[in-house]
Amino acid sequence: MEYSYTISGGDFTHAGEASSHLKRILKSLNLDPVLIRRTVVALYEAEVNVVAHAWNGKVMVDISPDEIVIVVKDAGPGIEDIERAMQKGYSTASPTVREMGFGAGMGLFNMKSNSDSLEIKSDPGVGTEVRIVNKIS
Amino acid sequence: MTLRNLIAELDLRVFAEGRDLDRKIAGGYASDLLSDVMGHAQQDTLWITLQNHLNVVAVASLKDLAGIILVHGQDPAPEVLQKAVEEGIALLGTPDPTFETCARISLILSRDEEDSR
Ligand SMILES: Nc1ncnc2c1ncn2[C@@H]1O[C@H](COP(=O)(O)OP(=O)(O)O)[C@@H](O)[C@H]1O
Ligand SMILES: [Mg+2]
Repeated sequence: MEYSYTISGGDFTHAGEASSHLKRILKSLNLDPVLIRRTVVALYEAEVNVVAHAWNGKVMVDISPDEIVIVVKDAGPGIEDIERAMQKGYSTASPTVREMGFGAGMGLFNMKSNSDSLEIKSDPGVGTEVRIVNKIS
Repeated sequence: MTLRNLIAELDLRVFAEGRDLDRKIAGGYASDLLSDVMGHAQQDTLWITLQNHLNVVAVASLKDLAGIILVHGQDPAPEVLQKAVEEGIALLGTPDPTFETCARISLILSRDEEDSR
């Protein structure tokens, strides 16, 4: 099954809608609640990163019998140094975004710890693509 | 300890009841950083925060939290309340700041645990 969603940069009002929708789908498939939570946490952080750091993006979800594959692709400034960005606490979020409780620099770390596989590709000045895979056991 | 009993003991304001007032509370988590809650809060815990915007409801719902307690006597923003009702998330309030709120909840939960031994 495939689903896709669009994300607008700066639009915090709608941030998390793809995650909420995916959660309902995964629940209706009766998947393990821990797997569901891990998957939606990883997607939520990816969504918020597009809203907070990029211009616009797209989420593509593919659910097969043995895995959930999520690709979040955005047009945006990209990430110069991915390894550095992955470190807990590193954030370039604006003060306004931080005031809302985002920008703790823990999003990529959460994505990593809530996915079986996380791949990040980024082209500075062009955009970022994040691929999250969680196995269905 | 159920949500209903805790609300009564702490005299919390109830903005939205959530899906089930009789659900059990596993503990609490206090933070104003959303990714911290995403990373560390356990399911069925109550989230104590001063953040009062839409994403708080999304986080509580995605993490299967027992509910949200808004501190400092804040009224929820109208869109926050509406979303909490839609998502079936308990949205509560207290006039106290975070530290006092946590201390009181912690005391009640540990007494409750002792009583049930
Ligand atoms: N999609 C993205 N586009 C551009 N930069 C990003 C993106 N995702 C993450 N980053 C960069 O990586 C940093 C760390 O991301 P993250 O761990 O989610 O923390 P936070 O979002 O709280 O800053 C961000 O501050 C930003 O500089
Ligand atoms: Mg982030």
